[in-house]
Amino acid sequence: MPLFTALTLFLACDQGFVDPSREYGPPVPDAPAKVSRVHVPTSLGAVDTPRRDIHGAPIGVSCATCHAGPGEDAIVVGDNGNPEQMHGTIELLHGGLACDACHEPTDRRLLHLADGAKLEMAEAMQLCAQCHGPQARDYQKGAHGGMTGYWDLRQGERVRNHCVECHAPHSPKPPQVQPAPRAVDRVVFPASETH
Amino acid sequence: MEDASRRTTLKALGATLGAAAFARAMAPLAAWPEDLSIDELLQRHYKELSRDDMVRVLRRLEQETLDQYGAVVTIDDVRPIPEVQFGYALNLSVCVGCRKCAEACHVENNHDRATNQSYIRVLEIKNGSVDLAMGTVDYDHAVPKKGRSYMPVQCHQCDNAPCVSVCPIEATWKEPDGIVVVDYNWCIGCRYCEAACPYHARRFNWHKPEIPAEEINPDQAYLSNRVRPQGVMEKCTFCLHRTRKGRLPACLEACPTGARVFGNMLDPNSEIRWVLENKRTFVLKEDLGTRPRFFYFFDK
Repeated sequence: MPLFTALTLFLACDQGFVDPSREYGPPVPDAPAKVSRVHVPTSLGAVDTPRRDIHGAPIGVSCATCHAGPGEDAIVVGDNGNPEQMHGTIELLHGGLACDACHEPTDRRLLHLADGAKLEMAEAMQLCAQCHGPQARDYQKGAHGGMTGYWDLRQGERVRNHCVECHAPHSPKPPQVQPAPRAVDRVVFPASETH
Repeated sequence: MEDASRRTTLKALGATLGAAAFARAMAPLAAWPEDLSIDELLQRHYKELSRDDMVRVLRRLEQETLDQYGAVVTIDDVRPIPEVQFGYALNLSVCVGCRKCAEACHVENNHDRATNQSYIRVLEIKNGSVDLAMGTVDYDHAVPKKGRSYMPVQCHQCDNAPCVSVCPIEATWKEPDGIVVVDYNWCIGCRYCEAACPYHARRFNWHKPEIPAEEINPDQAYLSNRVRPQGVMEKCTFCLHRTRKGRLPACLEACPTGARVFGNMLDPNSEIRWVLENKRTFVLKEDLGTRPRFFYFFDK
């Protein structure tokens, strides 16, 4: 019997830690859960101008700068009947949609849904969702769209990217990018063309 | 007299042989590496360190980083969260191969700057196949290239990990939350684990990593991103210094397409569980029976 006890003890020690207090970290308290919130980018409700900031990013001007309220009369800064002058940076490559398909004609500060219901710019994701259902579902479930912060909402909040942070609303297909530099590895993989 | 003489001779002979054997046995001490302290030589295996031992080791390692790299860092022994099993999934439908994940890994995990090393390799493969042998990792053109798809590969934190079973000295093992870790101070650098890994996920420190002091990530853990010594193996730890404190891994935060999903597989409401239950997922080289915790999936 003492032999058996010794053997059990030996096996127990071999499996785990000598100091059991180190096996796990402190338990996470079920404190009030933090939230997962959507980041609202400043590019919403603004149009790019040809001017650039020091990082080379276009400087935007808010829609409300010119379109101060509902109705055509609310245009503060006139465009001399030439909308292209102010909206010239916009390249519209979004499934052949027209401006008014998303933008509310009676109040240019707003958007509208397919049923005509007006929508604040900050709620643009609802507008995206009415056509892009599978993506919207995946987004809601956390399987689409980038995020930062905490996976564990008990310990901290999560900030999720807005649709327009990755997909420019007027030309949603992301452009090609130059990849980050590769590792200088000792192992050289054969190029697929020559292998 | 003759007996005594014989005995004396034998004694002298024995003493000479004994002294020679002792000198031979002690010879490695003559080749004592300059950067090896007595404390490091006598340090026990990670699992055998008491809490007090661990604190002493951490302070010593912090001092060494300060002495050798000029960087003030905090090294913690970050332990698993109870009732958490980590899982990771990657959406191959949206990955564009931009290597932002590898870049973030490089910075977060204090990799050697000259080799631009990271724990993630992004394979460029022809559409319509997952033929790894025909893939390349050294592409340098704009991505995504037409007719190509991209597959980042990192440690799969296998539940039946070949790298763990081949280690002759148990310097690598699987933690209770599923992460396979290395005790860099116990590893002898035999590289068996590198050879055993079917995902080519392990890296060897051929050189002492060189990182400018101001670029060293000071938020470190013993089992993850502390600066590794020369001659030891290293690997992805799902950023345990972050994830065991509830944060997302660095590669996930860096991904510009949102291709990565991370979380606790025991939580039925977690994102990773939704992906595993609803998406078309697969694991790489399933036939090998390694049971990875890293899953790939498609949108359609």
